[in-house]
Amino acid sequence: MTDLARYQNPLNIQRLLHTSKTIAIVGLSSNELRPSYFVGYYLKRHGYQVVPVNPHEANVLGETCYPRLQDVPVPVDIVNVFRAPDALPGIARDAVAIHARALWCQFGVINEEAARTAEDGGVTVIMDRCIKVEHARYVGRMHWLGFNTQRITSVRSGLQ
Amino acid sequence: MTDAKQPSVSKKPAVSRSLPATGSSPETEETRAFGFETRQLHAGQRPDPNTGARAVPIFQTTSYVFEDPESAAAYFNLQEYGNTYSRIMNPTVAVFEERVANLEGGCGAVAFSSGIAAQAAALFTMLQTGDHVVSSSALYGGTVNQFKHFLGKMNVGLTWVDPDDPDAWRGAVRPNTKAFFAETIGNPGGNVLDIQAVSSVAHEHDIPLIVDNTFATPYLCRPFEWGADIVIHSATKFIGGHGTSIGGIVVDSGTFNWSNGRFPVVSGPSPAYHGLMFHETFGTYGYLMKLRAETLRDLGGALSPFNAFLFLQGLETLSLRMQRHVENAAAVAEFLAAHELASNVTYAGLPTSKYRSLVEKYLPRGAGAVFSFDCAGGRAGGQELIRGMTLWSHLANVGDAKSLIIHPASTTHRQLSDDELRAAGVRPGTVRLSVGTESVDDLTWDLEKGLKRVAGRARGAAGS
Repeated sequence: MTDLARYQNPLNIQRLLHTSKTIAIVGLSSNELRPSYFVGYYLKRHGYQVVPVNPHEANVLGETCYPRLQDVPVPVDIVNVFRAPDALPGIARDAVAIHARALWCQFGVINEEAARTAEDGGVTVIMDRCIKVEHARYVGRMHWLGFNTQRITSVRSGLQ
Repeated sequence: MTDAKQPSVSKKPAVSRSLPATGSSPETEETRAFGFETRQLHAGQRPDPNTGARAVPIFQTTSYVFEDPESAAAYFNLQEYGNTYSRIMNPTVAVFEERVANLEGGCGAVAFSSGIAAQAAALFTMLQTGDHVVSSSALYGGTVNQFKHFLGKMNVGLTWVDPDDPDAWRGAVRPNTKAFFAETIGNPGGNVLDIQAVSSVAHEHDIPLIVDNTFATPYLCRPFEWGADIVIHSATKFIGGHGTSIGGIVVDSGTFNWSNGRFPVVSGPSPAYHGLMFHETFGTYGYLMKLRAETLRDLGGALSPFNAFLFLQGLETLSLRMQRHVENAAAVAEFLAAHELASNVTYAGLPTSKYRSLVEKYLPRGAGAVFSFDCAGGRAGGQELIRGMTLWSHLANVGDAKSLIIHPASTTHRQLSDDELRAAGVRPGTVRLSVGTESVDDLTWDLEKGLKRVAGRARGAAGS
């Protein structure tokens, strides 16, 4: 059983969200009803540079799509993964190869071997968490729909 | 929390290449597990970023100005969390929703204008015509009416079961069964649900268990910890505690697998959102997104911001009130159990209760403050008792800080047949009490006064 809490540290999540600029989304679909599209649209709206990585797409969300992480021509902060768990070890190796800062795996995208590969290569791992949900949790808008952000603070404006 | 000068995360100049895993960093407000009493005051609210207001502001507005057309479109497409219209969301109501969700340990909540509205919405988000529900027979009379008549009219089948018998739940499951429903503490019979046993049966069949936790409140019991999938409340009762406002809320654990094949209505493409699949797209939050974006939007029944504000005032003292409620309830129950004119005292906290082991497991802090007893003299005796009392309020509500009394057979359960009355644990002389937070000696004094009147009437009848 993977110790998922190890890959869900709220401080790591906040630091990544606040200090990252470029997010490569592996498996980003151009279908507006797919979860990956919801996430990509949201991240782009919130000022991140979104780089689609998908061999089956040419352009998603107005951004050029690359077949593999190695083809992305700019430095990548976060590799965000919408793929089946068995595709993860290869993606983790690619994330290490391109010197990404973090490998962020969406709900259900869990693979222990990949997590070890990434960590050994100096890449922070977030697993079984949605990057859109976590962003909304800490920026505060998720709370507008009555979701439990788990946040307790009396600091004005909080950590934003 | 220990180092007030620690810079906020956004100002951290540099980040190490690989961030530490959980356990190696000091405890902060983001990692600390805060206590219930802290969360009932703080969860869901940060000081208002614009004004610094410490109290929760009442956002008494119907609608919200959009930043630009793209933002408006993103809100309506559910691609971005944003306020559109107060029938669907409101910042004051959102604080109430998040606070209850936090106290129950759920992933989120949606508030409604009444407990009954919350219950209908919880069900109609997962049901369609032709479906079937298995429900405890020991329920609030208003719920019985809603299930029997309204669900029936919508062509939803219903099977009542003895909540104490897990095999009865199992035996009632049909291929089209979509939900189990029960109360943590039954109204007014005081039965305690074996949540773990009933949720196990539900999950054997890929069915969610919905628990009405109104009588326990999250301070006394958190059904999610025992396998319940959805919790509903009438906030009108202990959550408010002041008897000023009608409201309800649906809380989701976020853990039920709506994509198990039994719930195309939740997991399939939504015609109302161009084919959006709520469970796939929003995962943990899928059911609540659908509950808000479709059911609340289409059925109405939104909670007003002012009532949400009043419920928040109540929640701030929930633990303190519940401690006092259960202390007084235990004393009143013992007084009645020893009284010659009272019988069948249903308080599950009594040492003689058949629910004692379930109380120890699920309600270790106390078995709530609502129970019934049978007054000597049957229907007339119950009515005489109520006439003789001057401190307890005779009205159709429970969970107020003030003590309340009612005679179900002539009021809340009046629409039920004799068989349904019996199934709900109600007899002609049954009187329901909601024990408040007054000085307990005054409560037993008033009951004694009423019971003396019952005795006097009995003597008068015998002498005539």
